[in-house]
Amino acid sequence: MKKEIKVHSPKPIVGNGRRQFLKMSGLAVAGAGLLFACNDDDDFNPEPTGIFDLGSGDLGILNYAFALEQLEAAFYTNVVNSFYAGISDVERQVLLDLYYHEVIHRDFFAAAIASVADANQVLPTLEFNFNSIDFSNRDQVLATAKVLEDTGVTAYNGAGRFLTNPDYLVLAGKIVSVEARHASAIATLIDPTSVDFAGDDVLVDLGGSGIAYDAANLPSQVLSAVVGTGFVTTPFTANGLQ
Amino acid sequence: MNIIKFLDEFTSEKLMEKNFSREAMFGTMANMGKKAALAAIPFGLATMSTKTYAQSGSGTPTSALQLALTLEYLEAAFYNKSLINGGIVEQFGDARSLAVYTLIARHENSHVAFLQAGLGADSIPSPEFDFTVGGMFDPFNEDPNVSGDVSYAQFLAISQALEDTGVRAYKGQAGNLISTPDLLTAALQIHSVEARHASEVRRLRGLKGWITRDERGAGMPAATQATYDGEQNTSQLGVDQIQFAPSGSNPLDAVTESYDEPLTGDQAVAIASVFIV
Repeated sequence: MKKEIKVHSPKPIVGNGRRQFLKMSGLAVAGAGLLFACNDDDDFNPEPTGIFDLGSGDLGILNYAFALEQLEAAFYTNVVNSFYAGISDVERQVLLDLYYHEVIHRDFFAAAIASVADANQVLPTLEFNFNSIDFSNRDQVLATAKVLEDTGVTAYNGAGRFLTNPDYLVLAGKIVSVEARHASAIATLIDPTSVDFAGDDVLVDLGGSGIAYDAANLPSQVLSAVVGTGFVTTPFTANGLQ
Repeated sequence: MNIIKFLDEFTSEKLMEKNFSREAMFGTMANMGKKAALAAIPFGLATMSTKTYAQSGSGTPTSALQLALTLEYLEAAFYNKSLINGGIVEQFGDARSLAVYTLIARHENSHVAFLQAGLGADSIPSPEFDFTVGGMFDPFNEDPNVSGDVSYAQFLAISQALEDTGVRAYKGQAGNLISTPDLLTAALQIHSVEARHASEVRRLRGLKGWITRDERGAGMPAATQATYDGEQNTSQLGVDQIQFAPSGSNPLDAVTESYDEPLTGDQAVAIASVFIV
């Protein structure tokens, strides 16, 4: 039962500065107290002012979420464009749904941010490099999906406190629980005999009451981890976020 | 198949009779047919509650956490009872569901302890619960006339409703915690774990882990519909989401699955109240 998927990408928002982003690899985020160097083989020397900064306040958090949703959507686009061999019907349905959901989140953030910010304040379309993943390998695909979903959960949980507009807070809440539903499903696909859907390896303790809580990580922590994956090749900074 | 039996049970004469006692409690339903009466009893019918423990709608961080604690008491009590030796999960589930519910129970008890400590002097005692909802359900197989498989299916269905309700209820309180960032963060950290539970329980029951439109899903009694009403929303921040659905998707399904919707405090209290004596 093959289903044809047409890749749905947002239109590039920034025209002029985009080309120079494309040439770069491996870099990316310099946040407060953070500095991530370019790859050694990067012979391109960018204008510091040409690097997009996510911004601060609610706008910064929205751009931050937009970056994460772009990453997830790009990953699942790769997944569904060439499913690994031997995929089960349930796995196919889950991965297709995750692709749909993340694309919707991504394209909504693009529209929502554009409606409240100047064009040059909207995070441009990011470029990604997933060469380190063998998309024909089930284990690699599902393991990467788990990391991305778990990361998304900790990111939204940690970002909520920085939102001042209650509508944005509720929106983040509407999305984070879907990310958590994804994380749960992926974990069980990976090992159906496990209880990794809310496993002790991912959850944390709060106040000595037991390991029963998702983590809530700061943007700097999350972005550092994201940079560590090497997936994001477009540099941007997060100087206005904690 | 448990689910099929479960569905049968809901249209069987036996269950209709079981429902009699509940029907009798509500004079307004006296003239309704049995079937109509059953269909007309939603979890969220506030008038079914004799007592409301959590204050809602007042919009303070304390009231938000009291509502959360009430829901956690409900979940913890439900799962603790399900896991007693020789209980419903051990008898009628399998090794995996026993592991799943053991973990979920542990989490809910942690949440109770955390919220009690966090509320301190403002903490509230646990209400008394009736998980049979006045005899409508028998999730712990306490009625010799109900088969174990039917009871276990009811247990799973109530579990799904509780978890999906929890997700929506916490979400609805986020705005009330915006002035207390540490409490907000803690609530979010619980909220996403409830969503993990919900996804797992739904998948145990053969459903998707996410909510499509406002569908309660196969095998869920109509009484649980209040947990799903409003989930069919397609507009976020005033922006229609259908335009963002990728080709290949069913746009309405994909969009509604992409966002979980909040419940107001009143809605959450109404749903929880049907289990409160």
